[in-house]
Amino acid sequence: MSFTKLMATAALTLGLATGAFAQDKTKVGFVFVGPVGDGGWTYEHNQARLAVEEEFGDQVETVFVESVAEGPDSERVMTQMALDGADLIFTTSFGYMDPTINVAAKFPDVKFEHATGYKRADNVSTYSARFYEGRAIQGHIAGSMTESNIIGYIGSFPIPEVIRGINSAFIHAKKVNPDVEFKIIWAYTWFDPAKEADAAKVLIEQGADVILQHTDSTAPQAAAQEAGDVITFGQASDMFQYAPLPRVSSIIDDWAPYYIARTKAVMDGTWTSTDTWDGIGPGMVGIGEITDAVPADVKDEALALKDAIASGEYHPFTGPLKKQDGSDWLAEGEVADDGTLAGMNFYVEGLTGEIPQ
Amino acid sequence: MMRLEKRPQPSRAMALATPLLAVLATMVFGGLLFAVLGEDPVQSILTIFWQPLFGEFAFYYRPQLLVKGAPLVLIAMGLALGFRAGIWNIGAEGQYIMGAIFGAAAALVFYPLEAWWIFPLMVICGGLGGFLWAMIPGLLKVKFGTNEILVSLMLVYVAEQFLSSMSLGLLKNPEGYGFPGSRNLQQYASAHNAEIVSGTGMHWGVVAAFIAVIFAYVLLTRHRLGFAIRVTGEAPRAAKFGGVNPARLVLFCLGTSGLLAGLAGMFEVAGPAGQITIDFNVGYGFTAIIVAFLGRLHPVGILLAGGLMALTYIGGDIAQSQLGLPAAAIQVFQGMLLFFLLALDVLTNYRLRFGAAEVA
Repeated sequence: MSFTKLMATAALTLGLATGAFAQDKTKVGFVFVGPVGDGGWTYEHNQARLAVEEEFGDQVETVFVESVAEGPDSERVMTQMALDGADLIFTTSFGYMDPTINVAAKFPDVKFEHATGYKRADNVSTYSARFYEGRAIQGHIAGSMTESNIIGYIGSFPIPEVIRGINSAFIHAKKVNPDVEFKIIWAYTWFDPAKEADAAKVLIEQGADVILQHTDSTAPQAAAQEAGDVITFGQASDMFQYAPLPRVSSIIDDWAPYYIARTKAVMDGTWTSTDTWDGIGPGMVGIGEITDAVPADVKDEALALKDAIASGEYHPFTGPLKKQDGSDWLAEGEVADDGTLAGMNFYVEGLTGEIPQ
Repeated sequence: MMRLEKRPQPSRAMALATPLLAVLATMVFGGLLFAVLGEDPVQSILTIFWQPLFGEFAFYYRPQLLVKGAPLVLIAMGLALGFRAGIWNIGAEGQYIMGAIFGAAAALVFYPLEAWWIFPLMVICGGLGGFLWAMIPGLLKVKFGTNEILVSLMLVYVAEQFLSSMSLGLLKNPEGYGFPGSRNLQQYASAHNAEIVSGTGMHWGVVAAFIAVIFAYVLLTRHRLGFAIRVTGEAPRAAKFGGVNPARLVLFCLGTSGLLAGLAGMFEVAGPAGQITIDFNVGYGFTAIIVAFLGRLHPVGILLAGGLMALTYIGGDIAQSQLGLPAAAIQVFQGMLLFFLLALDVLTNYRLRFGAAEVA
């Protein structure tokens, strides 16, 4: 057998092998921080996983591991998925940032997508949603509907994403109701029904008749329902089981279009590392149905606000705005840039209390 | 008729056999659980116990067993000394956190200085952090007779708040865009608890765990202090007459377990975890209690039990991703292990008799 023939055979085998590989299922892994039944954050990521399966049918295989602790455990789970042949891995919590970067360095052929982080690599993209756009609409409804003028807010961790939400909700509540006051409790958890329920009860006892939450369970909704005369908003997921009262609307994370698009990109070989931060316009942030418990005029205003944000006509952080200490932040008509928003670590003027350090 | 008859002396054979029986029972009932969930029980059990050790990717999982098992063994070893003497430190989780904070802080103070003494300093500070945190319940017990179970447990929650505060404030990465969490020590060469031989999972925490096991074995079998611990646990009055100083023993046991838990935290933050973050602790301090009992409070037993627990964690994650088993099922499976161990423990002290009771 001549050398060229040998090479030709080798090339042919290789060609066949890659051909077979291309026909192989695309394997997509998901690492979840909570249980898929949390009814909030992880639930929505899992819905998007199911949407990927629905979209591509036999062409994809999805795997997931739930309740994965941030740190070395997540690193092991990601490595294990990569070893098992995953082509694309979504890591859906901020705390998976460094582990994702570590594992990605070991598996250059596997693509990684990290939610809400800021570190990227050739095979690591980041993506997040502009939840603060939804918070603006919440703030509007909350400010219009509160009678005690006290709005309770359950914060998870004092990180930029959460602070952005508080600011956005406050600015828009204040716009329609100058007397409004925010009471904020930091739960230091993303998902802990008992703690979240306690926080909601404390806020209600302090006179709050609106509860906003940046935690993922439905426990605050249940607490509000029990107390009566308190309204809430679904967080991350629609939480429609508490509609029409106390839940009057919701912010829904819709990851499905993004997950489908990224999976498609891997199948087509067009995947590149990007940074995506989408809001209401592209459909990554959804506003759940506003129930009839909300007066019709408030509902119309809220929907108009939603349309204005979606079309890009209005930005929730538009000046004039001052920081909590009274210093100027945005001049009349000026719009906050993404860099400042991404690292936001200050309250706007009018909010009381300090961001915990 | 079946009945239990008290043994005149606890059976040594049974004491050794019950952990194995418990593992077997867990496999059988766990398999049933998985079958009910619609999975092939044999396949599930094999995935959990076989894959990490002998599966296709064992080259990766075996080192991970060391990484996952080392903090468990290190903490459990310290706890077992106290448990043997009837001193109940339930707050190892808090001591683990404080060790990590002290250790990481010692390094971050000198960042970005590169020097050989930084890592040894971290080891000392990490151990000290855990030791001091354990001294709080220790001194309160000795001075005021407080219950160390409650105090040490409550201090876990204090330590968690302290951890949040450190991640958001003092130790926050100045280049982290306002996000919580310290600098990553994996990227700070002098502070990085790297693998001693790459790809083996062998970091200094693993070495420390093995040393602790040997040290504890010698202490318990050869040293006067070990004798004092055992006597105090088995016959407190005899120990008193035998000249054991109970206050000193309390401080020694709590201090040692705090020290080891602190070291475990320090090795973890400097190596596998890398950062002080709000969610740094993942329950090693509590799982170590199970490990200590599963290992019969014996050094060698604890070594094996730590390995077994690590195996169920790693295998459990594999089973989740490959078979789609829910995380809750894996947790139930791990819970069964402790349940069966405690349930079967009765056989150590009692004999199972068949047939009617003899007429006395």
